[in-house]
Amino acid sequence: MATLTRTAARPLPHFDVGSILSRVAIHGVLLGYTLLALFPVALTVINSFKERKNIFRYPYNLPTGELFTLAGYQTVFDPRRASAGLYLQNSLIVTIGTIFFVLLFGAMAAWALSEYRFRGNRWLGLYMALGIMIPIRLGTVSLVKFASSLHLTGTLTGLILIYIAQNLPLAIFIMSQFMRDLPMDLKDAARVDGASEYRLFFQLILPLVRPAMVSVAVFTMIPTWNDLWFPLIMASQESTRTVTLGVQMFTGQFLKDWTALLAALSLAMLPVLLLYMVFSRQLIRGLVAGAVKQ
Amino acid sequence: MQRTLRRRPFPIHIVVFLAPAAIVYTLFMAFPLLDSLRLSFYDQSKADPVFVGVQNFQTLLAGDIWAARFWNALKNNFIFFVIHMLAQNPIALLLAALLTTRHLRGRAIYRTLIFTPTTLSVVIVGFIWSLILNPTWGIFDNALKSIGLGDAIQPWLGSEKTSLVTVSLISVWQFVGLPMILFVAALVGISDDLIEAARVDGANGWLIFWRVRFPLILPTVGIVAVLTFVGNFNAFDLIYATQGPQGNPNYATDIMGTLFYRTFYGVQLQPGNPTMGTTIAAMTFLVILTGVCLYLFGVQRRLTRT
Repeated sequence: MATLTRTAARPLPHFDVGSILSRVAIHGVLLGYTLLALFPVALTVINSFKERKNIFRYPYNLPTGELFTLAGYQTVFDPRRASAGLYLQNSLIVTIGTIFFVLLFGAMAAWALSEYRFRGNRWLGLYMALGIMIPIRLGTVSLVKFASSLHLTGTLTGLILIYIAQNLPLAIFIMSQFMRDLPMDLKDAARVDGASEYRLFFQLILPLVRPAMVSVAVFTMIPTWNDLWFPLIMASQESTRTVTLGVQMFTGQFLKDWTALLAALSLAMLPVLLLYMVFSRQLIRGLVAGAVKQ
Repeated sequence: MQRTLRRRPFPIHIVVFLAPAAIVYTLFMAFPLLDSLRLSFYDQSKADPVFVGVQNFQTLLAGDIWAARFWNALKNNFIFFVIHMLAQNPIALLLAALLTTRHLRGRAIYRTLIFTPTTLSVVIVGFIWSLILNPTWGIFDNALKSIGLGDAIQPWLGSEKTSLVTVSLISVWQFVGLPMILFVAALVGISDDLIEAARVDGANGWLIFWRVRFPLILPTVGIVAVLTFVGNFNAFDLIYATQGPQGNPNYATDIMGTLFYRTFYGVQLQPGNPTMGTTIAAMTFLVILTGVCLYLFGVQRRLTRT
């Protein structure tokens, strides 16, 4: 076995059996866990294209040739059986609406908290940050009363407002960290040039914190899309049902129809998975920003 | 003392920037929470709530049926938490340690793929796993048989003995990604010089991890513990999706979230009871607050010691 000669400063050889074995072990464990993580998802998707008897007989086979069927997806999209299209639309409206306002209001508040010195700045920051630790669900009883007094129960708007409140604390926290790191000279130069604070914010600052905004967007999207609690409690009727709630209700309905069931599950996973694949770097960077600053 | 006349315009832009977030947050989060807590001291069964002091709490903690349900749910929730601490966080730490080895190929891919379950809806996760554990389909059971553990097969989700642990492990499977990412971030932040110094001194990977890297990420370990605690006491979706709002079988998987939902919303023949609902929420809040305070207290002590 070839051993490279080393200078005195680096006494450890690179090609010893021990380190190769440990490399193999490391990849082994990581690979093993990756399979464990992906296996249930893959299983669901490949079986959503199979008939019931094939799901049971050949669960691990890819749905090629004879095994392939779109019957499950057809059932799921059939408006008489389940309104997948409507639910998707509702989820999209709620999620996109929430993300937009969380970014807008959150960036504005983060900017004010990180840039301007005013009395009560610290207390306000603390007040908003508390929301990160305290689950919003605990206030449900009053929230439902309040929302119904504003005629917001059974509406997508009501859901959006609640989700905005839920996601603002973390959004503000992450964005204000980024904003604090922006160089002073840039801002001062713009002010000297006569820019108003609004122009400064919208035209200079926002583009600069775009990475943070993408992270916050992905961060907000996932719990909002996946939430079951508020749609279940406040907006469970057909017209405002979200995909997550819809899937929950399908599963009661389609107990026998495994194909439709798996199709529904696959469909419900798809948007988040797609978005995650595209934005995984930003999402993780956002999480890291929160952790590193602690 | 001289008072200079300064003509500074009121910085209205600060208010403009802060107002929308502050208003929505206060109206839809802070106020409902505080109001719910306040209402837990009232009997809400009549049109006008009547102040009853701590009576609701007495009923919940010591009253006839309520106490049994409450303490059962609390106990189950703690078990749920302990299982997460024993399984989720050590696994996350292990994966993070592996992911931050030097010169690891495919690091980003592993990280992205392992984090995937966390992005899924809890409902979906619960349902997929209940299918996998379903004896009729037999995916999990057959896998056990193939490695010779056929005798260990149980009705995983259906038996009172195994259902809580099973549900907890499903949740662990889903959420390992989060602490893993936090640990990776913390580990990556450690200065290379420290590690290099230990390496030159002859320490191997194992020693380096436990003597150098782990102590330096203790703050993150603390944060992960608190976040796990808060998250676990807020859990509901998974149990609801797999076992129903009553924490079947026979309340073996009933936790604070399901108890709260069932009480406040009502289920089957049991009508909703906002009075007890707010009381349960207040108790959950108290438990969470205690956990967070213990954490903050621990952090304070560590800071003053260094």
